[in-house]
Amino acid sequence: MTTIIILPDNIHVDRQTNAWPDLTISLISGRNNMGISQTLSRILSGLFQKKTARIGIYGPPNAGKTTLANRIAKDWSGSATGMISEVPHETRRAVRNGDITISSQDGRSITIDIVDTPGVTTRIDYKEFLEYGIDRNEAIDRAREATEGVAEAMHWLREDITGVIYMIDATLDPFAQVNIMMIGIIESRKLPVVIVANKIDLPDASPKRIRSAFPQHPVIPVSCLDGTKIEELYEEMVRRFR
Amino acid sequence: MQGVRIDMISDERLSKMPSTEKIRLILDNVREGTIVILESGLTPDEQSILIEMTMREILPDGFSGIEIETYPSKPRNTGVFSRIRRGEDESRRMTVIGPANQLKMIRKERDLISAWISGK
Repeated sequence: MTTIIILPDNIHVDRQTNAWPDLTISLISGRNNMGISQTLSRILSGLFQKKTARIGIYGPPNAGKTTLANRIAKDWSGSATGMISEVPHETRRAVRNGDITISSQDGRSITIDIVDTPGVTTRIDYKEFLEYGIDRNEAIDRAREATEGVAEAMHWLREDITGVIYMIDATLDPFAQVNIMMIGIIESRKLPVVIVANKIDLPDASPKRIRSAFPQHPVIPVSCLDGTKIEELYEEMVRRFR
Repeated sequence: MQGVRIDMISDERLSKMPSTEKIRLILDNVREGTIVILESGLTPDEQSILIEMTMREILPDGFSGIEIETYPSKPRNTGVFSRIRRGEDESRRMTVIGPANQLKMIRKERDLISAWISGK
């Protein structure tokens, strides 16, 4: 006996359009080892299994990316992972924190992998590390690791990331070239993005300046250090990356 | 005579080159101390690859990276006909690229870039 079953092929909802993919028709012989109930169970679990979004935290060095990644991990999974310091490029390798579920106040939620990336830059000179009292050999190693980390982060942005939290230090000029380039790259890949205007606990912070530089994207002012307005960011993340 | 070489590459010439060739040309020139001015700039994907390749070529006491300056992209015109009429990517704008240790940005606004170029 031959049974016709409509099998969804690698089913998931397209995040840009919310469209369901095409269905394929497969012929499954009743003599196969897999029983009908087993097949149906596979179909149902496939239907309701949502693909985890991979959200990259990008931005220039010292914008607060690791502070945010740690806060998200701590608030929603109870553990922090990254080292934080004033030395630029403290994060020299992308750090992935998987299966974090964030809920909004209205009960909606998202499950995401958070990828904390090294600060994006077009220049790295090991001599900059010497100013922080690091010896020459270690500074050279740090610079090499940082260059590899940035290259890897750029590659992932083109190949692997499905959404971006873009961090900007709100006390600095938002028109910095790296911000302009990165926002352009993110837009060209049609990735959903939330811009975080970080460090609003500092007196010079101006989220308004960031809003006027990138009016086409949501800008959420926060202090990742003390947690000010962090809930607004979580709400926006659920809205934007769902 | 001491000085700095500047190569100004026209849109016509750039549009005939594949992305990899364009990026190779920029990096080879900049590594030799040349300032490169691109009439029409790079696409976002090319910029992303340029950053990646730059990182892979940085060496201690040698090449320390690039300085790149361009204007912010113009507000997007979403009309299909206007894009067809223009026939170009609105994100590509005039771009200056130079060695990180020779080209320094002094002031930058939405419509003005002021930079300082020094010799090697």
